[in-house]
Amino acid sequence: MKLQDISRRGFLRQAAWSGAALTLAAYLPADGQNLPDIINPGTSGIAPGTELMSWISIDASGKITLVCNRSEMGQGTFQALPQMLAEELEVRLEDVQIIFAPANPEKYGPQPQEGSFSVRGWAPRLLRSGACARVMLVEAAAAEWKVPKEECFAENGAVIHRVSNQKLSYGALAPKAALLTPPTDISLKKRADYKIIGKSAPRKDIPLKTNGSAIFGLDKKLPGMKYAVIERSKRFREAVRSFDDSETRKVPGVIQVLKVNRPIFYQFCEGVAVVADSLWAAMQGRKLLKVEWEDLGFEHQNTASLEKQMRENLQKLGQQPKFEVEYARTVKKLEVAYETPYQSHSCMEPLNCIADVRQDNIEIWGPIQEANWIQADLSEHFKIPIARVTVHMTFLGGGFGRKGFNDYPYEAAFISKEIQAPVQVVWTREDDMTAGPFRPGAFYTLKGGLDAKGHLHAFQANMATQWLGQQWSPQPPGVPDIPGYNTGDLDGLLPAYRKGIPHYSFGGTGTHSPIPVMWWRSVYASTSGFACESFIDEMAHLAGKDPVRFRREHLPDPRYRALVDKLAELCGWSSRGRKTGWGVAFTESFTGICGHAVKVMRNAEGKVRIEKVVALMDCGWYVNPDIIRAQVEGAIVMALGAATTHATTFEDGKAVQQNFDTYPMPRMADIPPIEVHIMENDEKPGGVGEPGLPPFAPALANAIFDLTGQRIRRLPFSLDDIS
Amino acid sequence: MPSYQLSVNGKKYSVDADEQMPLLWVIRDLIGLTGTKYGCGIAQCGACTVHLSGAPVRSCSFPVSAVGEQPVTTIEGLSDDNSHPVQRAWIAEQVPQCGYCQSGQIMSAAALLAGNANPDDEAIHAAMNGNICRCGTYPRIRKAIKTAASYSH
Repeated sequence: MKLQDISRRGFLRQAAWSGAALTLAAYLPADGQNLPDIINPGTSGIAPGTELMSWISIDASGKITLVCNRSEMGQGTFQALPQMLAEELEVRLEDVQIIFAPANPEKYGPQPQEGSFSVRGWAPRLLRSGACARVMLVEAAAAEWKVPKEECFAENGAVIHRVSNQKLSYGALAPKAALLTPPTDISLKKRADYKIIGKSAPRKDIPLKTNGSAIFGLDKKLPGMKYAVIERSKRFREAVRSFDDSETRKVPGVIQVLKVNRPIFYQFCEGVAVVADSLWAAMQGRKLLKVEWEDLGFEHQNTASLEKQMRENLQKLGQQPKFEVEYARTVKKLEVAYETPYQSHSCMEPLNCIADVRQDNIEIWGPIQEANWIQADLSEHFKIPIARVTVHMTFLGGGFGRKGFNDYPYEAAFISKEIQAPVQVVWTREDDMTAGPFRPGAFYTLKGGLDAKGHLHAFQANMATQWLGQQWSPQPPGVPDIPGYNTGDLDGLLPAYRKGIPHYSFGGTGTHSPIPVMWWRSVYASTSGFACESFIDEMAHLAGKDPVRFRREHLPDPRYRALVDKLAELCGWSSRGRKTGWGVAFTESFTGICGHAVKVMRNAEGKVRIEKVVALMDCGWYVNPDIIRAQVEGAIVMALGAATTHATTFEDGKAVQQNFDTYPMPRMADIPPIEVHIMENDEKPGGVGEPGLPPFAPALANAIFDLTGQRIRRLPFSLDDIS
Repeated sequence: MPSYQLSVNGKKYSVDADEQMPLLWVIRDLIGLTGTKYGCGIAQCGACTVHLSGAPVRSCSFPVSAVGEQPVTTIEGLSDDNSHPVQRAWIAEQVPQCGYCQSGQIMSAAALLAGNANPDDEAIHAAMNGNICRCGTYPRIRKAIKTAASYSH
């Protein structure tokens, strides 16, 4: 195996990953002052017609095409982004078509699909772009009629002269509008005047997804395309010593068998690809392939050894003297451990990608979350100018962070170059579930001390996990990095607690392992939120206080208090019965603040069952309330699985769970009624796709404590095991 | 390689395939209908659900040689224009997120409603328990099945 640096370009966030704090400062959007120039029709090759502001194209017949520059993996960007453009452009959503932009950061800005960023990050630019295009169309009409532009207004894809009632369609105006200089001084609509934003406009991708016509990566076909499946080492980091493909090559349709590389951060791992005329033939050929693997001497970790390492690393953190002074002054104290497992992303669409590598250009089609990174990475590896690397986005059958990795497009490009034909690499479910990267497990110790009034005086959360950012350079196995304390935010924990808790401390220590890890919906908040919000509940009980009231006492910020009060009101907290268990939890991730209330009861057999979930999302200014509700519903289901039904474990350096039979997902019968509500306020737009996930596990655990007195401190657990 | 005569969505197809080739890959790669999805290959997720003589089967684990004379219906054959009550209900309730599992969900739901015009939660849970949705659209699926049932009343 070669050790080789791979591109870090376009991967800005990794620098911020070396501690518990994940900051997205590098991703703050431009303020919209530097709008892209008008681009001549034909240069982009993606949409016929005249382009206004990169995202908008209008043809002579008036057909309007809006560009979605981000990936659609279920979270609704395909609807929400054009909804913002259409609002300020003054067109009806029914009258526009939406297309995906290829990777083109110069034209569309950064396109990595993560961080629940699409609306919160793009609202300023898209609103201004829509408004700029509208102003230019109005100016073009005013010039045509030789009337003051103030006498003209735009509506439903046309400009109307208020005085004469003359009307010109956008289609007729676009070529002239495109010659104008984009205005720098524009005013955006008031929220009260919105016709489309804030409404549950039906998603335009949904009819494509009810009749089988939506094209996901796996559905894309190219003329002459071959198929490839790859036998990779079941253990992380093994090299191919030799392989015997004599039986494989006898399978009708098998064309070629070759050694391939898979990039995993700084290094390449080896595998053997079977290329065939059909996917079925490739899969059959792979079954007959015999590969000898070479053990490179890495640690054959298993879950027990990893967990031991994390617990030991927590011990190595030592004490933080200033915190200990304050902790010593408290009158009631609690110190407990929380433990969370590794998880697989397991998108319903297994990984796949098509590459067509030619002498001087590369084209990629696939379900891709990180179009820009892949473009830059392939350009560097294959020595093709970046402008000649085209990354086309298809619909994604789920993403959750996994499809933001560069390994599967690289594999496709590698094989395409070798066989000199377009090829689709397909991962089987077993490949997808066992090869990683995984969500890292995380272990915590929490310490809290109450003052004489039952107020949380000192709070400490220490975390041991595999840091995502550590994987970019070789690390000796088993040795933690230098443990340290920081005063930044801890993902998931409401930052607002820090205004209400006088002394706090967050510590982190990296656990080294050959197991590749990657962000997973809500990233570290998915584990830290469980530890912290369960622990806050424990402190409330230690103080002998109502858990809702206790939280409220530590949240002086009115925005957070309003959220707590509203959730308590929605779930009927003050009138909850004694035979039910209720738990609440509040977390914040990617600027979305979310509270869940979970109700549990015992069924006729005495088993604890979830009766209801009430969720309340505060994402500030928002675009499409029904998409927000859908995202929170889905996040709750995903969190339910991670809390109660599945986990990835390792034995002898291999993932144990290979398919849904051993990694069981929640199913229809497991799903309680879920109510989702949205806070109405004028705060800035916040994240939506991820923030709905972290509060669920702690709210459930807190509800179980309320009902049974049993405290859950380790995930996953089975509801059937609660006594 | 044996040849099979298949009736898919009312059309006749002749395909040459290994007898063990799952119906899924015949439908997707030989016939070219890509609405039916590959999810797990072991009949655990239901993304590949199609109807065989009206009954839901997991096509990823159903060999082409076992199809025989039975007509196959895929998501593309449910209606020409998204007008099947289940499709209409799926749109009305805005069920899909990523959408990848939804062909299978819809086929399972359509088969349920064909045999039970007014399913309660228990019947819905039983009929839909073979279909996984990672996006977590289950609450909307449950609601949409009831909406679809209401269309025929």
